[in-house]
Amino acid sequence: MLKAKRIGARILSLSCLLAMVLGGFLTAAAQDRIKIELNMGQERPRIAVPDFKATNADPQSGPLATVFNQTLWSDLENAGIFDMVAKSFYPSQVPGQPTELAAKVWSDPPPNAGVLTFGNLGVSSGKVDVQGWLYDVKNPGAPQILGKQYKEDATPDNARTIAHRFADEIIARLGSGIAGIAESQIYFVSNRSGNKEIWSMDYDGANQKQLTKLGSIALSPRVSPDGSRLAFSALTNDSWQIKMYSMDLGRTIAFPRSGGDNFSPAWSSDGTKIAFSSSMHSGLSEIFVADASGGGARRLSTGKGDVSPVFNPKTNGQIAWVSGRTGLPLIYVMDADGSNVQKMTDQGYAVSPAWSPNGLLLAFAWVRNYGPGVLGGQDIYLMDIASRQIVQLTHDGGRNDFPSWSPDGRHIAFQSNRSGTEQIWSVLADGSHLQQLTRQGRNSQPNWSFK
Amino acid sequence: MNNSKSIRIFVLGVLFLLMVASGCKKKETPPPPPPPPKAPTATLSANPASIQRGQSATLTWSTDAATDVALDGNKVDASGSQTVSPTETTTYHLTAKGAGGTQEATAQVSVAAPPPPPAATPTPAPQVTDDQLFAQMVQDVYFDFDKAELRPDGQQALAQAAQIIKQKGWKVQIEGNADERGSTEFNLSLGEHRADSAKQVLIQNGVSADSLKTISYGKEKPQCTESNEACWQKNRRDHFTLLH
Repeated sequence: MLKAKRIGARILSLSCLLAMVLGGFLTAAAQDRIKIELNMGQERPRIAVPDFKATNADPQSGPLATVFNQTLWSDLENAGIFDMVAKSFYPSQVPGQPTELAAKVWSDPPPNAGVLTFGNLGVSSGKVDVQGWLYDVKNPGAPQILGKQYKEDATPDNARTIAHRFADEIIARLGSGIAGIAESQIYFVSNRSGNKEIWSMDYDGANQKQLTKLGSIALSPRVSPDGSRLAFSALTNDSWQIKMYSMDLGRTIAFPRSGGDNFSPAWSSDGTKIAFSSSMHSGLSEIFVADASGGGARRLSTGKGDVSPVFNPKTNGQIAWVSGRTGLPLIYVMDADGSNVQKMTDQGYAVSPAWSPNGLLLAFAWVRNYGPGVLGGQDIYLMDIASRQIVQLTHDGGRNDFPSWSPDGRHIAFQSNRSGTEQIWSVLADGSHLQQLTRQGRNSQPNWSFK
Repeated sequence: MNNSKSIRIFVLGVLFLLMVASGCKKKETPPPPPPPPKAPTATLSANPASIQRGQSATLTWSTDAATDVALDGNKVDASGSQTVSPTETTTYHLTAKGAGGTQEATAQVSVAAPPPPPAATPTPAPQVTDDQLFAQMVQDVYFDFDKAELRPDGQQALAQAAQIIKQKGWKVQIEGNADERGSTEFNLSLGEHRADSAKQVLIQNGVSADSLKTISYGKEKPQCTESNEACWQKNRRDHFTLLH
């Protein structure tokens, strides 16, 4: 997978984000809506994305071009950083090659585009060939930003994959150096096979696949930072154990058993440690940290009712988790050695903390006003850790839970019963672009891959 | 000599003599006294002749020279049949009266008690298995919403259960559960607390900790799935199983 590496502009962009969140974008409106600037304060580029041309008469060219074009458009729209120029404004003549490009037609009204992507797709001898370009059509001389070529076996899956790769290239170039997520995966729990098992899907809901086949109850999937393994908790014949699934081998691999019941594993972002909750010591769940191989488990918390740990992925120096030590669950943060415990929420029912990739925000699920007879929903909230200010992301009531950040820090996947049954949804961190990703069976506990 | 003519005369003469002779026989003698009237006959039979109580037999009779036929006092035809179902051995009487007198006939239907039903094999006294006794004596205890403390009735029930657990030396698994509301992972912790509450009460009542194992199923093994308080209460429970 080709990915743009994160660059040093990160530091500048982080302080920009902080400024946005702290400085003046928190409205005091009754519904605590926030507009989080997703592109670090830069204006959103106006991008025109005309269909790539099918270049030859092979019967597969047309259908594969359709799949490619739909995927490319969705990926660029999903990214949340572009102002997509509506196709109704496009000129009738669309270039398939740079020699066919008339830049002014695109930069003038009505399209008024800043950048243009175009190209062609052809099939021959069972291979699909794609050429794609990205041009700056606003600036004099209309310089080329990107030129790429792809060749794979001619299948719809590969047409999708090529579109994902090309979209990620565009996003990396234009999105302040943060890599695109078009090739990322979401892991989740589904009961559609008859038991709760771990499944995977593309970030846009395509390619849903069953991974585990335990025939028991599998919960809380968490993929490793390098994507090679997936930790989860499963009910064995006498206890709940942390189990490890190998993506390469397509099956579970050996992982040490612990005493008691063991839940909610979480990886440090350098792949060396796994935090989890275990009742092995006291019969009640406490937070432990072990090596990625499962050895050397150390007890960190003493709350006796502690679950759902997550590492700060930016530093791995802190762990957030859920504790019922005062009764109802609340969210706490401690240093990774167990010291410096701080309570982050002080009312209601707060669960499922998820740390943003830049380490600045905690997403969590909350029933802010909780009590007997108080009906109403559980929603996803975002907390700025430094200021403790909280904004509400979902508003539609019902039960929303298990937020998980995308690797670009701009999207959140979560589970919601708003459609009638538990399903996985994704949304941009400013609350826009809500999309339902699963429809079959009951689906829960999404986990977005690290890359 | 003319023989044929003489033979003819001879035969005629014999015939004439025969006619005369027979006529002589039919002399007008005084008629003999009328013969006496015939005596009636009667027969009666039962088929079958032996029945079991509750079954039937058919009486069949016939008479001759009878004008008045009765079966045990009831007038019947001169001959006929009738179905009877006596409950005891019975003798039936047919009476045939005629000008020549009266004739009786009898038939007996033997009635036997039905055979007794086959002797029932004695049922063994029911044995209560350990599993059944356990299910009776160590029943589910229930919890309030979001709470892991046992109610007074639950504490009492477990205090009693502790006695038989100790006496029998049972090993017990305590399974804590939660209703569907609330988050998957935190409900696993809540179930742990509920199982632990029961464990502590049993230990306080003398059960050894070694014989008790706790596990939480959170909201993963519900007893019912309706979204109402009746179902939610059923799921907020500790369930107990006997470990073999």
